[in-house]
Amino acid sequence: MLQLSPLNDFHQSQGAKMIDFGGWQMPVQYRGITEEHLHTREKMSVFDVSHMGRLRVMGSDAEALLQWCCTRDLTGTEVRQAKYTHICREDGGILDDVIVALDDGSWQVVCNASNREKIVAWLLKHAEGRDVTLVDETLKTAMLAVQGPMAIAFVDSIVPIEISTLKRYRFLTGGFMGMNYAVYRTGYTGEDGVEVVVPKGGIGFILPMLFGSNLKADGDCRPAGLAARDTLRLEAGMPLYGHELHEDVDPLSAGQGWCVHLDKKDFCGADAMRSLRDAGLKRKLVGLELEGRRIAREGYKVVSGGREVGEITSGTWSPTFEKSIAMGYVETSLSEVGTALTVDLGRKEAVGKVVKLPFYKRST
Amino acid sequence: MSVPTDRKFLESHEWFMAEGDVVTMGISQYAADELTDITFVDLPTVGMKISDGSEFGEVESVKATSELLSAVTGEVVEINSRLEEEPELVNNDPFGDGWMVKIKASDVGELEKLMDAEAYKMHCAAQDG
Repeated sequence: MLQLSPLNDFHQSQGAKMIDFGGWQMPVQYRGITEEHLHTREKMSVFDVSHMGRLRVMGSDAEALLQWCCTRDLTGTEVRQAKYTHICREDGGILDDVIVALDDGSWQVVCNASNREKIVAWLLKHAEGRDVTLVDETLKTAMLAVQGPMAIAFVDSIVPIEISTLKRYRFLTGGFMGMNYAVYRTGYTGEDGVEVVVPKGGIGFILPMLFGSNLKADGDCRPAGLAARDTLRLEAGMPLYGHELHEDVDPLSAGQGWCVHLDKKDFCGADAMRSLRDAGLKRKLVGLELEGRRIAREGYKVVSGGREVGEITSGTWSPTFEKSIAMGYVETSLSEVGTALTVDLGRKEAVGKVVKLPFYKRST
Repeated sequence: MSVPTDRKFLESHEWFMAEGDVVTMGISQYAADELTDITFVDLPTVGMKISDGSEFGEVESVKATSELLSAVTGEVVEINSRLEEEPELVNNDPFGDGWMVKIKASDVGELEKLMDAEAYKMHCAAQDG
């Protein structure tokens, strides 16, 4: 049985095309992927991300548990600060990439929909013998991302709390007609914006604020689906679980070493990653730009000198740059920016080169 | 779903319309919608010989790469060169400006075995489950 988002009726009313995603029925597109993508880059879009897992970790050992399970050092995290991190197995394989945030007296963990049950079980397993209570709040809340250059000013104008002065990776909480909500200055599109968590009963109030009382959604603020979210995050060089990130790869190879604090603390997977680091990484995640209009899709082989040297994890036709872009793992010796590589498309090949990630960086 | 009645369809969603012995080919609205935003159409060159049941090109969309199958044997006499710069024509007008190739068929009768508009509509409905 597929889980329905609290916004399901809205998606249906907008004529969205729905797909199964991580056990949820979610909108993949409303009007068209390219249009939704460009609208987000130029104005702003609302993404239903209610499928993401929202877990609350409480108790005197909550921080100790998260310090053990997360690759990033959480020491000194301030109240209402959020941090992106990975949760890894003992061998360094990535179980999930998550955002952890310190609220007043508890931690919130936002994980991927498809990993929610796995992460709940993993945290509970490592919570044994600790004073920790874990509550899965996913099904009683909704989560919306408002992303794009107009997003901050717009959200500031509709919520009673001050968003414009909120720093990146910080959040604020507020109450409205008895409903508690949280606004995070985070996102997954490469644009500025917020992600908002509200009780699911609050959706009826929020949708008219975003899209107008008739919910026509044809103004500056429009809904966008998971397909546009995917092309946006790819342009922004952000890895996606199940593609760039999975249990058979470690965060260092995935180019995520910036949030793996091997020298600051001990954590689950640290020993394995220290060994990997000391031995030298065999492969690295790179960005690729290809000539021509062909798309390098997940699983396509990367070739150099007639030899297979890597594999594509995500690829698309970039709506912003009108170029074929991809991410994939290649042998470390071939991961330098500028290295010429070929992608095997089956009967044809596409010539390309390694480029710096991200492909897209917003100007402000 | 509106499907023109002046042409025939393959289960793989290509359409074929004969005018004399020249057969124009494209993909249906259903296929274009399913593929989503089309970014590239790889077409054969004029003069190329293609045969019934063979694959002769590919459509690339943000979502997937899909092969083009021929339902006739013959020679390519024209390709829609506008698609090179405007592949979105296939999304916007798949039965009109988004046509792909014209094939001079050795036997137009080969199209008889294809689905007509009514049968094709039922085929699409069945695919939607």
